Amino acid sequence: MNMASILIAILFYFATLMFVVGLFYRINTYARTPAPLKIPTTPAPISQSGVVLRMAREVVFFESLFKANLWIWSMGWLFHASLALVLMRHLRYFTEPVWGWVALIQPFGMYAGLTMLLGLLGLWARRLFVERIRYISTPSDHLMLLLLIGIAASGLVMKFLVHTDVIAVKNFFLGWMQLSIGSLPGDFVLYVHLLSVIALLAIFPISKLLHAPGVFFSPSRNQADNPREKRHIAPWAAGLEK
Amino acid sequence: MADVAAPPYRTIPIIPALKPGSMEGVKSFVANDKINEALGFPGQLVDDWHDKAIAKMGELLTKYRSLKVYMDACVHCGACSDKCHYFIGTQDPKNMPVARQDLMRSVYRRYFTLPGKLFPKLVGARDLTRDVLDEWYTYFHQCSECRRCSVFCPYGIDTAEVTMAAREILDSVGYGQKYANEIIGKVHRIGNNLGLPGPALNDTLEGLEEDVKEATGIDVRFPIDVKGAEVLLITPSADFFAEPHIDSLIGYAKVFHATGTSWTLSSMASEAGNFGMFIGNYDQLRKIALRIREAALELGVKRIVVGECGHAWRVAYSFWNTLTGVGGGADETDRFAQMLQKQLDHRYKQPMHICEFTWDLIERGALSFNKEANDKHIITFHDSCNVARGSRMGDFAGGQFEIPRNIIKAVANNFVEMAPETTREQTFCCGGGGGLLTDDLMDLRVKGALPRMEVLQQVVDEHGVNFMATICAICKAQFTKVMPIYGFDRRMVGGVHQLVSNAIILGDK
Repeated sequence: MNMASILIAILFYFATLMFVVGLFYRINTYARTPAPLKIPTTPAPISQSGVVLRMAREVVFFESLFKANLWIWSMGWLFHASLALVLMRHLRYFTEPVWGWVALIQPFGMYAGLTMLLGLLGLWARRLFVERIRYISTPSDHLMLLLLIGIAASGLVMKFLVHTDVIAVKNFFLGWMQLSIGSLPGDFVLYVHLLSVIALLAIFPISKLLHAPGVFFSPSRNQADNPREKRHIAPWAAGLEK
Repeated sequence: MADVAAPPYRTIPIIPALKPGSMEGVKSFVANDKINEALGFPGQLVDDWHDKAIAKMGELLTKYRSLKVYMDACVHCGACSDKCHYFIGTQDPKNMPVARQDLMRSVYRRYFTLPGKLFPKLVGARDLTRDVLDEWYTYFHQCSECRRCSVFCPYGIDTAEVTMAAREILDSVGYGQKYANEIIGKVHRIGNNLGLPGPALNDTLEGLEEDVKEATGIDVRFPIDVKGAEVLLITPSADFFAEPHIDSLIGYAKVFHATGTSWTLSSMASEAGNFGMFIGNYDQLRKIALRIREAALELGVKRIVVGECGHAWRVAYSFWNTLTGVGGGADETDRFAQMLQKQLDHRYKQPMHICEFTWDLIERGALSFNKEANDKHIITFHDSCNVARGSRMGDFAGGQFEIPRNIIKAVANNFVEMAPETTREQTFCCGGGGGLLTDDLMDLRVKGALPRMEVLQQVVDEHGVNFMATICAICKAQFTKVMPIYGFDRRMVGGVHQLVSNAIILGDK
């Protein structure tokens, strides 16, 4: 056990806490804020089950983005799908024995790291080289991409170039989950990787990464188109009728 | 307005280069004390506008989930950036939907988020200064709330919701727009947006009866304030005297006549339009809509039908049930809504669009047409934004696209579609919607019409189109004004029921 390992462990506890509490707080706020009027972007599904399908198409295939722009859609979808695979593959560092399906996707998950990086670079290229997108970008938009690129690149470096002792890393995280802090390998790239992930977890609930929970609460997408059939009224609006 | 020139068509419709600041000088007239105070807003910009505006924003963030989620969720992906007709026509980057939203989002971040409080520069957060407030006024009055951007946003972020919130904040600090607020005042004072008083309205309707009698030899009635009528028709007041709107009103009357439907207009609710939506003010939206409830209760009608008006149909279809109980499916315990819903005949949709009404009759074979009467027209159809993206007709999603087209095809022989990426849910706003149909924004209106004019020109060149039908009073008024600037005949624009009126065969019922 060394100081660096303890620091990483403690930071991970903090970041996880911020992530969970922050996200819970945000989701709770979204859920409690009323939507007083029916505003689905039409044509919209008429039934609740239709809404579930619309949302699924939106979240899984990025349907609206597909209609909007193939560059953003292809790079964005590539990044998100790859990230999902990479995250699932990483479950192997937190489970013992490793779940069967996690072992099964291991080979795909490895290469997903590459496609994830590709997607991120494609998105960044657009932000840098398309005048309109450069205009709307804030410094944090660039930094966010840089952070994700750092995470992907450092992970890939450890996978394909400078290997780290993944068994030791796994033992560290298995212990971490039991609140017992072990030792991490002293590799620089590993620290870059872990610190970047810590930063990402911590800023998630206070940044534009809120688009992830936000999409589920977007009234233009999650409302059924049935205003004539069912009276929809928010509590504060009903108060006006008293 | 003769000095306003149309921008050239894009030879290849690619995305224009940015011209920062090109529209910063185009500012709609500000409302005066009298206009603002009539609606209960401060007369002029209040001294503590900064604190009041931030407080109002905080209030709206707790009342509207849309605003709260939309402020947080944007990732600046740029999917919407080339979708706004005002951006395409003006090339001003602040007319990109995301940039327009960011005018407010930057302030939201500064006052309501941790990173914006700590590192404003990093996340693009700004203090609400007088310059920022002026910028809000300028650019939130260059949005027609048409929702085209929301079709393409991966999170469904609807700039219309942001614009409405911004306008409500501006009104709350005494910085309202003259055009919209003056019109809302007229609705309350006189009963309709055009300020047509009851006696003048009665005269107009009598005149119409004479005109139709002269043209057809048949006594088609335009009844008003008839208690016990079956149908109450709520239509935009432009239908009573503006061209070409009036021809559609004649069309509705002929449909009612041909089927022997007992119907009436209402002098109390002689306006379908509801500019309360444009200024994002729930109280005004509700107050204006309640006139329809009152008229329906007073006249004891069984059905409520809405004339050709885009935003009015969005309000009627999507909001009336919420605001006034005009609709169905209220709880047994909901006495406010039940009071009206018990009176209405629920074998029919409540409210019903005039196109639904007419199409229903056509399907049942209750109307007959002489389609050749429209042979002089080669017709295309402009989907109006609020109908297309904020409402529905019929029993299935997308009925708002099919039903008006079905009617046109039933009453005329020559119908042509415009480019598919500019129709149906992807339709472009006419350029005059959302409270911008005012002469002081003529420059913006002409430029905003560019994408529609480009594709209209295509079908004119390729198919000889000479009539563009639409079902919105604002579209009709906007197009008759801006189309001559693009070299089209203003009479090319008209209503769907104008075509119905041309072709319908009136029996001697």
